Amino acid sequence: MSALIRIQDLTKQFPMGGRRFTALDGISLEFERGEFSGLVGPSGSGKTTLLNIIGALDNPTRGSAIVLDRDTKTLRHREAARLRNHNLGFIFQTFNLLSVYTVFENVEFPLLLLKMEKSGRRKAVMDALEWVGLTDKVDMRPARLSGGECQRVAVARAMVKNPKIVLADEPTANLDAENSHNILKMMIGLNREFRTTFIFATHDEKVIGYLKRIISLNDGQVVRDEEP
Amino acid sequence: MLTLRLAWRNITGAGLRTWLNVGVLSFIYVLVIWHQGILLGMQRHAVNAMISDEISGGQFWCRGYDPFDPLTIEDSHQNIPTDLLSLIDEETATPILVRPGTIYPKNRMQSILIKGIDPDQRILDIPSSDLQDIPHRLPVMVGKTMARKNGLTQGEEFVIRWRDADGTFDAIEGHIVSIMDTIVPAIDQGQIWVPLADLQELSGMAKQATLVVVDQQVRGLPAAKNWVFKDQANLLRDVNDMVNSKRGGAVFMYIILMFLAMLAIFDTQVLAIFRRRREIGTMMALGMPRIRVIGLFTLEGILLGILAIGVAAVYGIPALYYTAQKGLPISDDTSDWGFAVASRLFPAYSAALITGTVAIVMITITIVSFLPSRRIAKLNPTDALKGKLT
Ligand SMILES: Nc1ncnc2c1ncn2[C@@H]1O[C@H](COP(=O)(O)OP(=O)(O)OP(=O)(O)O)[C@@H](O)[C@H]1O
Ligand SMILES: [Mg+2]
Repeated sequence: MSALIRIQDLTKQFPMGGRRFTALDGISLEFERGEFSGLVGPSGSGKTTLLNIIGALDNPTRGSAIVLDRDTKTLRHREAARLRNHNLGFIFQTFNLLSVYTVFENVEFPLLLLKMEKSGRRKAVMDALEWVGLTDKVDMRPARLSGGECQRVAVARAMVKNPKIVLADEPTANLDAENSHNILKMMIGLNREFRTTFIFATHDEKVIGYLKRIISLNDGQVVRDEEP
Repeated sequence: MLTLRLAWRNITGAGLRTWLNVGVLSFIYVLVIWHQGILLGMQRHAVNAMISDEISGGQFWCRGYDPFDPLTIEDSHQNIPTDLLSLIDEETATPILVRPGTIYPKNRMQSILIKGIDPDQRILDIPSSDLQDIPHRLPVMVGKTMARKNGLTQGEEFVIRWRDADGTFDAIEGHIVSIMDTIVPAIDQGQIWVPLADLQELSGMAKQATLVVVDQQVRGLPAAKNWVFKDQANLLRDVNDMVNSKRGGAVFMYIILMFLAMLAIFDTQVLAIFRRRREIGTMMALGMPRIRVIGLFTLEGILLGILAIGVAAVYGIPALYYTAQKGLPISDDTSDWGFAVASRLFPAYSAALITGTVAIVMITITIVSFLPSRRIAKLNPTDALKGKLT
C-alpha cells in the first residue's frame, strides 16, 4: 500500500521582481497514516509553502505531491476543495475562526459543507467540543474567547469531520506555554485515538518536543529527517 | 440552501453595517416608487381631466382639422352630418366650432381661437351654462390660466375680431361672464369660449362645426362622411407622450437613485471582499469551492436587497398611502407644462410600478453583488489566508 502522502522532487518557485525565487527545492518525502510529524526550520525555509501544497491550496512548480492517491497538481478547484473538505483539517497560527458564527457554528461549518444531516452534525460538533473542553462556550462568538480557547475551537473544527490528515501551521505561535501544552496534548490524544496524521510547521521548541518525526528544512531543502 | 443559510448568518451577524445598507436601500425603494407614483398620479389626473373637460368619449373632426396646426383652422368648418345631428339631438354629442380670431384686452393684440359651444351641453364638464341667457353680446368664457396670464377678470370687456365666411373682418365687444376652472390647457390657453349659435351667426357658418364631442356612453358610432373619428386613446396619446417627455428629469432622478443603490451594494461588496479575505481563504481551506464562496457573497448582497424590501414596506407603505390619500401641494407654476397638472397631486402607485421598481432594483443589486464577488475566483487561497489580495 502506498503512503498517505508522497512528495516527489517537489520544487516551488515564486515570481519575484522578474526573477524567480525558489522556496522549495527538490523535496521528496513520504508520510504514513498516524504520523505525528513536523516541518521545522528557520523563518523563510519553506514550511508554510510545503504545507499549503500538501493541502492542495497551492500548486508545485515542478514535481508532485500525491495526497491520498491524488496528484494535487491535476486537481481542479472543485476537486481540490472536495479533497480538503473530506480529508484535510487545517489549523492556523491566527486561528481563522469565522467571526459572525458562534463556536458551535464554526465547528459545524465543515460538516455543513459535507452535507451531513442535522442530528449527526449536532452530535459530531458536541463530541469535538467535548474533546477540546469547550462544551460550555457553544453559543459564544469567537471575539469573546481567549486565544487558547480560539485555538481549541480551531482544533475542534479541524477534527470534527474526522479527517485523515491535519495540517497545523504554527498552531502555538499565538498561545502561551500552558495553552500550547494543552493543545498539543489534545492533539497527541486525537492522534492516538483516531490515528489521524498530523503535520506541523513550526519553530516552537514546545511543539518540537512532542513530535515523533522531525523534518528540518533549510532554504527549501530537507536537511534532516529524524525520529527522536 | 446551505449558501442561503450562511449568507443569512453573515449579514445578520454583521450588525450595524447590514442595517445601514438595508436602510439606504429601503429608502431608495421608497423614493423611487414615490417619485414614479407622482408621475403616474400626474398622468392619471391629466388623463381624467382631459376626458371630463375636453374629449369625453372621443371626437369627430371635420376633415383637415388639426389642432396642432393653426393653418388648418381657417378652413376647418363643415356642416354637421345628419348622423351626428341625431346624436346631438339625443344629447349624447355636442358640436364645437373653432374659428381663428384676435382679441384686444387692455389694447394689446392677441391671436386666439374662438370656440363656440352649446351652453346647454352636458357632455363636457365645463361651465358652458354660464354662457346661457346673458343679455350681453357677446358673452365670453375663458380658462383660468388664460385669465391669469392676460390679466382678464370677470366682467372685463374687450374687442374680438374675426373673419367671416366671406373673408371680411368683423369685430364685436366680448364680455367675460365666466372664468372656467380647468387644468386642461387645450381648452384653456390661447382661446375664448362663446355660445355656439352666436359664433355660427357671426362667422356666417350656420349649422357648421369643427368637431363634435361624443359622450362616453355612446356605443356604435355612426360613420360620418368627411369627418374623422378620434377615439379616446388616440386623443390621449399626446398627453401620454407629453408626460413621458416630462420624465426627463424623472429619469435623471431615477438614475441617481439607482446609482446610490448600486454604490451602497458595490461598496459593501468590495469592502467585504477586502476585509474578509482571510475569511474567504479560511472557507476555501475548509473545503468550500470558490464558486460557492462567490455565490455566498452575491447572495449576501441579494439578501440585503430583500431585507430592504421588508423594511421599505414597514415605513414606505404608510408613507406612500398617506401621500396617495392626502395628495401633495404643487406650488410651482405648471401651466406651461403643456398638460394638465392639478394644484394638488395625488400620487398613484400601481402594482406594476411597485413590482417593476422592486424588480429593477433587485436586478441591479444582483449584478452589482456579483461583479465584485467575481474577484474571489482570482483569489489565491494561500494569499487570502495571509490576508493578501492578489
Ligand atoms: N506568495 C509568495 N510570493 C513570493 N514569495 C513567497 C510567497 N510565499 C512564500 N514566499 C517566499 O518563500 C519563502 C518560504 O516561505 P514560507 O512562508 O514557506 O516560509 P516559512 O518556513 O513558513 O517561514 P515562517 O517560519 O516565517 O512562517 C519565503 O522566503 C517567502 O518570502
Ligand atoms: Mg510559515
